[in-house]
Amino acid sequence: MATSASVPHADDTRGIPGDAAQTPGTGGDADRPRQGRRNLLHRLDIKGAPYAFIAPFFLVFAAFGFYPLLYTFWISLHHVELASMNVMEWRGFGNYTELWQDDRFWNGLSNTFTIGVLSTVPQLLMALGLAHLLNYRLRGSTFFRVAALTPYATSVGAAALVFTMLFERDFGLINWMLGLVGVDNIDWENNKWAAQTAISVIVVWRWTGYNALLYLAAMQAVPRDRYEAAALDGASRWQQFTKVTIPGIRSTILFTIVLSTIGATQLFGEPLIFGQGPNGVTGGADNQYQTLGLLLYEEGWKNYQMGRAATVAWAMFLLLILIFAAQRVLKRFTSRTS
Amino acid sequence: MGGSRKFLRTRSAAVVSAALALGLLAGCGGGGDSGTGGGRSKDGKVTITMGLYGVMGFKETDLLDRYMKENPDVTVKAEVAGDEQTYYTALQTHLAAGSGLKDIQGIEIGRAKELVDTQADQFVDMADVPGTDHFLPWKLNQVTTPKGKVIGLGTDIGPMAVCYRKDLFEQAGLPTDREEVGKLWEGGWSEFVDVGKEFAAHSKDDEVAYIDSASGLFNAMVYGASKQYYDERGDLIYQDNPVVKEAWTTASEAATSGLTAKLRQFQPGWDPGLANGTFAATVCPAWMLAHISEKSGAANKGKWDVAKAPKGANWGGSFLGVMEKSPVKEEAKKLVAWLTAPEQQAYLFKKLGNFPSSEKALTSPAVADAKSEYFSDAPIGKIFGTAAQEIPDKQVLGRKDGTIKDIFSQGLTLIESQNQSPDKAWATTVKRIEKATG
Repeated sequence: MATSASVPHADDTRGIPGDAAQTPGTGGDADRPRQGRRNLLHRLDIKGAPYAFIAPFFLVFAAFGFYPLLYTFWISLHHVELASMNVMEWRGFGNYTELWQDDRFWNGLSNTFTIGVLSTVPQLLMALGLAHLLNYRLRGSTFFRVAALTPYATSVGAAALVFTMLFERDFGLINWMLGLVGVDNIDWENNKWAAQTAISVIVVWRWTGYNALLYLAAMQAVPRDRYEAAALDGASRWQQFTKVTIPGIRSTILFTIVLSTIGATQLFGEPLIFGQGPNGVTGGADNQYQTLGLLLYEEGWKNYQMGRAATVAWAMFLLLILIFAAQRVLKRFTSRTS
Repeated sequence: MGGSRKFLRTRSAAVVSAALALGLLAGCGGGGDSGTGGGRSKDGKVTITMGLYGVMGFKETDLLDRYMKENPDVTVKAEVAGDEQTYYTALQTHLAAGSGLKDIQGIEIGRAKELVDTQADQFVDMADVPGTDHFLPWKLNQVTTPKGKVIGLGTDIGPMAVCYRKDLFEQAGLPTDREEVGKLWEGGWSEFVDVGKEFAAHSKDDEVAYIDSASGLFNAMVYGASKQYYDERGDLIYQDNPVVKEAWTTASEAATSGLTAKLRQFQPGWDPGLANGTFAATVCPAWMLAHISEKSGAANKGKWDVAKAPKGANWGGSFLGVMEKSPVKEEAKKLVAWLTAPEQQAYLFKKLGNFPSSEKALTSPAVADAKSEYFSDAPIGKIFGTAAQEIPDKQVLGRKDGTIKDIFSQGLTLIESQNQSPDKAWATTVKRIEKATG
């Protein structure tokens, strides 16, 4: 692509001196520098302008994305405390090897994974179902669409606080309702799976509507006649859903999976607020719901060990790259087989 | 929650701390304004800025307004962070960056040692401020560098007593009179736990626990000692300190015997626990009375009472320091001296229950004769005053006291709520402290 586009320009520039040489006397030697300058400007315009147009993004990215990324890496090679950021003690990859041997890292990784699965899978399934329902012609559809988006518009803090109160052990609404059907009070925070479920509920509640709207937009782009054809062939609603809708919005589904994976890897606010105070920072007294994001926060803003915090940050970054590489491979593999 | 006071009172504190952390991340690269926000305008008017946390009382009462009225040329702007952990993180960042500081900064006792050790040169020496010779000696020692520089002046201290519910004690067949209740556990904290066993054996309501949390009990025991987690040289000694070991054993005994309501102080569940009477007693420093009376509500007025603790101890307390960078140092020093003067400390005690660190204030009749109407007219001036006298004259603070306290609280939660054995929980705690201090 790139070479074929650049060929005409290359021909241009190479051809011009040749043209001048073939027709001596018509333009005169005095014209040549001016034309050369015009050519240069022209070349700059053609080749340089696109760079100028995209420059703002990359400059901002370099300043606020790339530089911090590199600086974080630099910090992760040192022993640094927040109180004395100017004193940096070189550790090489010591922080990384230490993190590799740290139980908390593997615990955080596994919690991030389990909470991620617990929240992403039901969230996307429910979003699909919801989008399918919204896709029917129904009265007040705008209202329902806006309503589906409301949880997403709520701040993490507000949502997590409300759910934390609902999941409270002694006087929470959920335990009260469970009590009505004879279930004993569940200590949502101190039981590992209960805590992870509760956090997942917050995530699911917030993001289902958002994903549903993405699916809905994609569903509406699926041509109507496919449904009609399917209906003529005697396909039921469910068959229409699985045979027409799902294949029709496949790329959107992939997109939401990518988004949710990023979100799940960086999960931070919900567990922090769910635990409240010191327990939020450590993800429960037994780190039972400490995600990698929380471990990063604990190292940086509770232990004030910036070097170790930066190491966690980079580990998370590498992890995301790994996930996407794996996902690319998987995608290529599936597209080849299908 | 690094320190040990009224932080995280509000549930929004955690949200604030998350938001602030993001803000800090964003702010790190960008620099920021230099100076401290305060300054002097051309017509001689002075603006002083203050950074505070929790309920230190300066913004909550009319003290600052009164000062501004008495000094028309001075404007004081105070910012209060709900949560001390958030506040201290921001302060650390500002100190490291050399920007974003206020003229006057609050210092919590759990952080005092760290600031004295690492940041003393950023604070103005308060040793030579006139009229500040009225403090309890140990209070000033906590913010004095080895060279004799005083980086702040004391606000309140936290002498401790036991707050208990008379009605719940009565239904368990225990005495309710505060003198007799105090005698029940006279001698030590293990007697306090023994009373709990008696309470549990005779209580008619299984839903009511003896105390709120094992960590409250643990703190009470540790804070009564002169040496706690560190020695004078700044080395960690908690593993060998018999005080800490004994506190751990006693607190975990209370936890495993089911004497606690398995709550965490100042965390969700604790407030409704206070209001609904799910526990009968809690160790309470003076400043906690305001919280208890507010959360228990009018319905429980007169049901609470205050009794002497088995052993005197100090839990919490703060200081006000002036920054070296401030352009209005002299005015700020004057303001700090006024805010921490005996009259103002006595006033804050009356208003909020913050117990004075000024010896002069705590012997004044306004404090010594104070009674709490909410707590069955308990003579809190006398009870806490006596407790203050029992506090060891020398309290060795350590750099990470606040963090270590939190880790111990979590270790006890492992026993209380996760049914881990005390030995296993101790091993986890030691490992965590190594991580947090190393």
